[in-house]
Amino acid sequence: MAMLGAAFTKGGGAAAPEPGAARGPADSCYRVAGLTKTYRTGRRTARTTVHANVDIDLDIRRGEIFGLLGPNGAGKSTLVRQLTGLLRPDAGSVDLLGYDVVRRPDVAPRLVAYLGQEAGALDELTVALAIETTARLRALSPEAARAARSAVVAELGLTDLAERPLKRLSGGQRRLACVATALVGDRPVLVLDEPTTGMDPVARRAVWAAIDRRRAEHGTTVLLVTHNVIEAETVLDRVAVLDEGRVIACDTPGGLKAAVGDEVRLELVWRGEPPLDDPAVARLARDAVRIGRRWTTRMDPATARELLAAVTSGPAFAVLDDFTLSTPSLEDAYLALGGRHEGLVKG
Amino acid sequence: MTQALDTPRTDAAAPTAPDAPGGGVPLAPATPLWAGLAAVYRAQLSRTRVSRVPLLFVAVFQSVGIMILMRGVVDTGSDSAREAVVAGSSVLVVAFVALNLLAQHFGALRAANALDYYMTLPVRPAAVVLGMAAAYASFTLPGTVATAVIGALMFQLPLANLWALLLVVPLSGAALAGVGAVCGLLAPRQELATLLGQLGMSAALLLGIIPVDRMPWIIELGRDLLPSSYGVDAFIATYGTPDWTAFAANLAVCAGVGVAMLTVATWAFRRSARN
Repeated sequence: MAMLGAAFTKGGGAAAPEPGAARGPADSCYRVAGLTKTYRTGRRTARTTVHANVDIDLDIRRGEIFGLLGPNGAGKSTLVRQLTGLLRPDAGSVDLLGYDVVRRPDVAPRLVAYLGQEAGALDELTVALAIETTARLRALSPEAARAARSAVVAELGLTDLAERPLKRLSGGQRRLACVATALVGDRPVLVLDEPTTGMDPVARRAVWAAIDRRRAEHGTTVLLVTHNVIEAETVLDRVAVLDEGRVIACDTPGGLKAAVGDEVRLELVWRGEPPLDDPAVARLARDAVRIGRRWTTRMDPATARELLAAVTSGPAFAVLDDFTLSTPSLEDAYLALGGRHEGLVKG
Repeated sequence: MTQALDTPRTDAAAPTAPDAPGGGVPLAPATPLWAGLAAVYRAQLSRTRVSRVPLLFVAVFQSVGIMILMRGVVDTGSDSAREAVVAGSSVLVVAFVALNLLAQHFGALRAANALDYYMTLPVRPAAVVLGMAAAYASFTLPGTVATAVIGALMFQLPLANLWALLLVVPLSGAALAGVGAVCGLLAPRQELATLLGQLGMSAALLLGIIPVDRMPWIIELGRDLLPSSYGVDAFIATYGTPDWTAFAANLAVCAGVGVAMLTVATWAFRRSARN
């Protein structure tokens, strides 16, 4: 794991520390303790209370790419909106590089570049102007803003799209332009809420190369919200798994997968009605999570091989469309940890 | 919740911040008010290329249509009636864009959580509100001038003091954009923001173009409460033998309402972005 945060030293500035500053350990970026946020939804009789975040503790180190993984509605976005000063928590503390974000939400924009899920404020601007405006609003001078805009446009391969309004772009292209607005102005912390949604592989690679470069050169910390398990496994140093507003695990992707033990995942896709009188099929039918014609199970490798051999050599093979036997993914880890929702995305 | 207004401001061009470090990481500079305002204004103005030009045509057609209608209704022999129709129709363009469209725009931004974009940048809420209000007020200038010229030709009014629009539009624009921003930011739902914007514009239409001397006292009271009326009265004061005192007094009211409403809008912006 990259620990570039070690390069930071204490006491680099001239002025006196602000209240609440410099309390955390030198290698902490975000220290979150007991964070709780509750919403009320509905009207009068139908009013219900939603516990969006419950007693969340996190310690995100400087220079790491830290992920928040969970299905839609797990409370990821609510959590990052509190970490960026957009939302005031009901209880708990958020320490960002020594600053108390709950008490002084105005410091967050001066340390963090936030990429939300919405681009509504920029929709009618051209890509170039959206990036340049964002740079100006991060206090860059007009010349510096233009230079930063040109650099990030070239870096992310946006040159051909630079003069087109965001709302005329495809979803992935628009998202790429929004990532460019987050990268401009070199903040030490990037909070990116599902940054690569809808992007093609070329754009994804450009984004991760740009983020890696910032991490290598400036020790930038990245907090990534995702429900994409493949991306999470590939890019994250550590990941916190959220389910129903709680952190149910926090470890490296490898560490989380180890929680599943040495089980493997067996997936079968049927093209017709599988013969349930076949003992192997009946056993799979009992254990599998069935979504449409796809059956997914986890089991020890020997059993998996045995069942797969039985299925592929018996009558069931005639209605079997496809099968895969794979090592566990973060999704398996999520389910093994007690995640109660489907909804993570692969690929 | 307290927010950015009390944070230290630094020069826009400063590459790094002199602020106190937190464990070795200095705060980046906050964006000065004028730099933020200019950036928001420029960005908003660029939107004319995408969507505002058709809306300006709508605004002008609407006002010209009303003038054609009123030509058959009002006593064209009366100076005050003709002046009221032309001035009211001209300021209606400002009400349409600055009040109605800005209310809708802020309502839409709020509904889409798009204010998060500004709230996560070190820019003052006042810079965002003023930049947007200024841009929307600017959109209205060509339409207002076109309406005033067409109206003057239709109703045989002098064109000599048309320059006064250079003051009437920004000041009534500030007042109406302020009202529009407050409606857009305080309305609990996007549809209500749209509704309030439409109602404000309808009020400006009905109360602005009807000559004051024909109004019952209660309607006149309503007219006095509507900021656009002072823009209309300021413009009327430039016709015939100009009454510059009345002109200045009416514009002063617009300016005062503008300052008050934009202050409320700034507060509303901060409030709506954080809940």
